[in-house]
Amino acid sequence: MVDMRTAVASVTLPNPVLTASGCAAAGRELDQFFDVSALGAVVTKSIMVGPRSGRPTPRMAETPSGMLNSIGLQGPGIDAFVAQDLAWLAERGARVVVSIAGGHTDEYVALTERLAAHPAVAMIEVNISCPNVESRGQVFACDPAASARVISAVRRTAAGGIPILAKLSPDVTDITAIARACADAGADGLSLINTLLGMVIDTDTMAPALGGITGGLSGPAIRPVALRCVWQVHRALPHLPIVGMGGIRSGLDALQFILAGASAVSVGTAVFGDPAAPMRVLAELERALADREFAALRDAIGYGQLTPEERAARTPVAV
Amino acid sequence: MNQLGPVQEVGEILSVGPVGAYVEFRVFAPGVAAGFAPGHFVAVAVGGDESALVLRRAFALYGVTPSNGTVRFVVAENGAGTRWLCRQPAGTPLDLVGPLGNPFLLPLTPRPVVLVGGGYGTAPLIPLAERLTDLGCRVVMVIGAATADRLFGELAARRLVSEVIVTTDDGSAGLPGWVTDVLPATIARIGARAIYACGPMGMLHAVGDVARLHGLPAQVAVEEAMACGIGVCMTCVLPVRGADGRSRFVRSCVEGPVFAADRIRWADVGRLPEDLVGADAMKGH
Repeated sequence: MVDMRTAVASVTLPNPVLTASGCAAAGRELDQFFDVSALGAVVTKSIMVGPRSGRPTPRMAETPSGMLNSIGLQGPGIDAFVAQDLAWLAERGARVVVSIAGGHTDEYVALTERLAAHPAVAMIEVNISCPNVESRGQVFACDPAASARVISAVRRTAAGGIPILAKLSPDVTDITAIARACADAGADGLSLINTLLGMVIDTDTMAPALGGITGGLSGPAIRPVALRCVWQVHRALPHLPIVGMGGIRSGLDALQFILAGASAVSVGTAVFGDPAAPMRVLAELERALADREFAALRDAIGYGQLTPEERAARTPVAV
Repeated sequence: MNQLGPVQEVGEILSVGPVGAYVEFRVFAPGVAAGFAPGHFVAVAVGGDESALVLRRAFALYGVTPSNGTVRFVVAENGAGTRWLCRQPAGTPLDLVGPLGNPFLLPLTPRPVVLVGGGYGTAPLIPLAERLTDLGCRVVMVIGAATADRLFGELAARRLVSEVIVTTDDGSAGLPGWVTDVLPATIARIGARAIYACGPMGMLHAVGDVARLHGLPAQVAVEEAMACGIGVCMTCVLPVRGADGRSRFVRSCVEGPVFAADRIRWADVGRLPEDLVGADAMKGH
């Protein structure tokens, strides 16, 4: 038995496997396949202030070891979300990370006001990096000052101390600069990474395959990019908790993110192919840690970054 | 509703073989079979454990026998995923999720009905015809395709119902033309009181138009591209008018695949109509 508990900022989770925003709706559908309250937490699809239709179809194109989506943050708006989705999750006893998105700072503030004191919300994930909002390529998370503006406004609003996570985009030159700006603005942790912007052209119609023309690339294809981001940010800001995600499909995939420095992981696109993937990944991760003689998950966090001397100084010594 | 709920299970291909231009699978999947009703579909993982194909492929179910745990579905080979599937021999384990979606609603009392199938869209109409016949309905099936080899289910249909009308675009089987060419006369002749259809979107739109002209309710099962099939990805949406008169993008996997034809805004499929709930929020973003 490995102690699978993990801490993300001030929140202790019984295990480190979460869903990923936009890949699990609000948990209800997945609860048909496994008990969502057994997850580290359910991360809900990014919610905005008002109802939002999302983009026209086609919204999806399968790509090698991944997929592109241009959903466009379809959602019912915060009122319906709190009344229905959050109420269901609370009744179910699930730990909940609510992802919020907006076009302007004041929208993030309004959402935080609704959620920060809600007893069912364990953390707020601030999605400042969705490629399907605002002018593409000009998301908040591409600019340190814009990222800091949103995060500090959310931080001030969530005065009660509820942890806030900033979700960052890999589509930047130096992700550590954005990470540092968010940390300085009061982020308690980071979610790394959102999708990468990509596109596909249908060679029969000779036109873009997606209604939104470009879309967010996810799945195992982006795993090396995601892992590199986690590694770089953990190296630059070793005390800032990271929830790692991007193409995690197995326990060994998850282990790579933990070794790079993530305190928890999200299973996203894998759910589309395997609805039970989060619980399978959790079981496989626990076995992988036991095989490597880790008594506790927390001992493995960032272990991949240690020098041989640092490893030798650790007890119990793994591998 | 699907009272037993969908399950994920590893089934086994019992038999696989060509039927015209398609490949028919018979699979042992007792959990999927147990909750089945006509209109349900199954989502199949493709490519094996190390597959680079991360999404499931969805197929309408038919030929379901809960007593021995078998289901059937038919596949049209048109990409890497279906190509892999069609190469798997009997005995291969298959990872299935199902039964998924909302099935056809059955009438409370017997009535004359027409079932319209296009291509392999006839598949879910086979078990539907069986149920409707058992209920005492007079059932006529109109099945069509572009060419004779793309027709599906004609023999099964003839075994179930007294009258089957076949059309092909090129006249290579049955009457030349479209299913909607023969539909109005068929409706009039039997005094049909409901239409059920499955097939390509263009055909369903046309069937819906015929039903509306005759003042008949039509239930249509759509074949929309899906990523997950279980309602979490928001990929497979259609613009649908709700009971409150307002239109929304709704998921064809969990709110469909069966819809009342007059609720779908056919002309707006693939577009973002301005009056859709939440369309205003897309401006400036």
